[in-house]
Amino acid sequence: MAIGVKVLKRPEERVSYIRATLKGMALTFSHMFRPKWTMQYPEEKSTAEWSISPRWRGTHRMMTDEQGRSKCVACGLCPQICPANCIKLVPGEDEDGNRYPLIYEIDEFRCVFCGYCQEVCPEEAIHVGVHYENAEYSRDRFVYDLERLSSQTHPVSSLWDPTDPLGE
Amino acid sequence: MTPELKGFLLLTVIKLLVVFTVTLVGVALLTLMERKVSAWMQNRRGPNRVGWAGLLQPAADGLKNFIKEETYPGEANGWLFLLAPALSFGPAMMLGSVIPWGAPFPATFDFTLPVLGQFVHTGTSPFVVANLPIGFLFVLAVSSLGVYGIALAGWSSNSKYSLLGGLRASAQMVSYEVPLGMSLIPILLLSGNVSFSAIIAEQQAGIWFVLPLFFSFFVFLVAGFAETNRLPFDMPEAESELIAGYHTEYSAMKFSMFFIAEYANIVTVCAMTATLFFGGWDIPFTSWDQTPGIAQTLATAAVMFLKTMSFVFVIMWIRWTLPRFRYDQLMALGWKFMLPLSLGYVMTIGGAVWVLEDVMGLTDPTMRGLALFGLNLILGYIVFYLIDRGVIVKGSTRPPTRAEVIG
Repeated sequence: MAIGVKVLKRPEERVSYIRATLKGMALTFSHMFRPKWTMQYPEEKSTAEWSISPRWRGTHRMMTDEQGRSKCVACGLCPQICPANCIKLVPGEDEDGNRYPLIYEIDEFRCVFCGYCQEVCPEEAIHVGVHYENAEYSRDRFVYDLERLSSQTHPVSSLWDPTDPLGE
Repeated sequence: MTPELKGFLLLTVIKLLVVFTVTLVGVALLTLMERKVSAWMQNRRGPNRVGWAGLLQPAADGLKNFIKEETYPGEANGWLFLLAPALSFGPAMMLGSVIPWGAPFPATFDFTLPVLGQFVHTGTSPFVVANLPIGFLFVLAVSSLGVYGIALAGWSSNSKYSLLGGLRASAQMVSYEVPLGMSLIPILLLSGNVSFSAIIAEQQAGIWFVLPLFFSFFVFLVAGFAETNRLPFDMPEAESELIAGYHTEYSAMKFSMFFIAEYANIVTVCAMTATLFFGGWDIPFTSWDQTPGIAQTLATAAVMFLKTMSFVFVIMWIRWTLPRFRYDQLMALGWKFMLPLSLGYVMTIGGAVWVLEDVMGLTDPTMRGLALFGLNLILGYIVFYLIDRGVIVKGSTRPPTRAEVIG
């Protein structure tokens, strides 16, 4: 099958390479004196032009009640819905019949940061956080246990609200 | 060894150390300058973390390159693979030794060292490591040696990208050697000598050669871009087509040597442009710099540095303005435009010099230069009218109509 090739006749009598070069050079030179857009990252983390979205889904945070205990009741919904299977939950029960997590671990390497755990949680205990600085020196530090999840202090994500799709 | 010879050797060794050190440090700083200029032209800040305003960034890069892992491709031709960086590094380092970086300085000394004996030197000493009488012929000869390093790197890496890059480099550099050499003949016609000192002296007596020999300057600059493999002629290392061209397979310090060689070549081309067309270390509108003295040497070296650096800036500026040429366009530009232009220019200037000197008897270099400048204005109108279809002169930017585009 023949391919249709459209040959354009270039208007060479109107094209000036040298003139275009000089114009381009004037443009690039003027750019040297325009305001810079670089954000000086470790010092400034948000500027007037850019700040992190409140709907950002980062590493998790477990909410605690007034006594400092985690709000989690070990219902098992978050490991159930987690598409990456990254949440490990072993439920326990105290003498009053209150359920609480014996083990609650999130493998942040496996996590895909979908935010379903926050959506599904009936107690508003587990949240994804507005947080992106996660550097560690070893891989096993990326399995966050209950104590670590509870001690996080960064703001939590306000997930997408279907009744307010534009966030207004 | 006579005391005079020992004095001469001592001076040469000192000048060698100074020029070599300044070249290497300057090349390191050029990598920073390149990154800074490219950042500014893209509304960025560039490296500013290591040292004050990023001034120690080259040191960090150098350290990184020293401690990086050296990789050897399994199928590479080992010895040639090792030889190639050295072959492009060596000539690049040699070139800085023949360029006069400043006015001659007074060097009169007579002292005796315990073991080495007596050192004597009288009069002035030129601010150049080797004051060769063959001048720019040496630069042309040695700079074309650099292509061996690149072609060998491409061949010995045993990788198709490297091979293509090496082939492109050799074809391009061989092609542009011709207009480069041709563009220097008019200088020879005006100065009557190929040595840099004589060319500078001639420009001090008359006017800078950029005015009477503008087309030589133009061809030299374009060919210089091609010789140093800089954009818009960076075919040998075109990232988007050939990964990194001839140095795809190189890592760590061997890669760095190609890099240093490239920047040293840029400095040489810029210093050559400044010397041949912009009066070298000459400070314009004054003859104070022509009497030897320490202050004069320092001032002229500073002026030479400024001139060279402004051409380095132009090279970086062009890099961030023009897109890369297509390979056939590159060859066509070299053989079909640059070569006829430079050849015709040699004929024109030769004829004009003959008319001016032998027929009209005009011997004053300033008057001769101005007359040639007038000739260049006429030539410029004709040449840029022909190749630019009159747009550069008339300034028409009317967009083509649909009928004209489709034909």
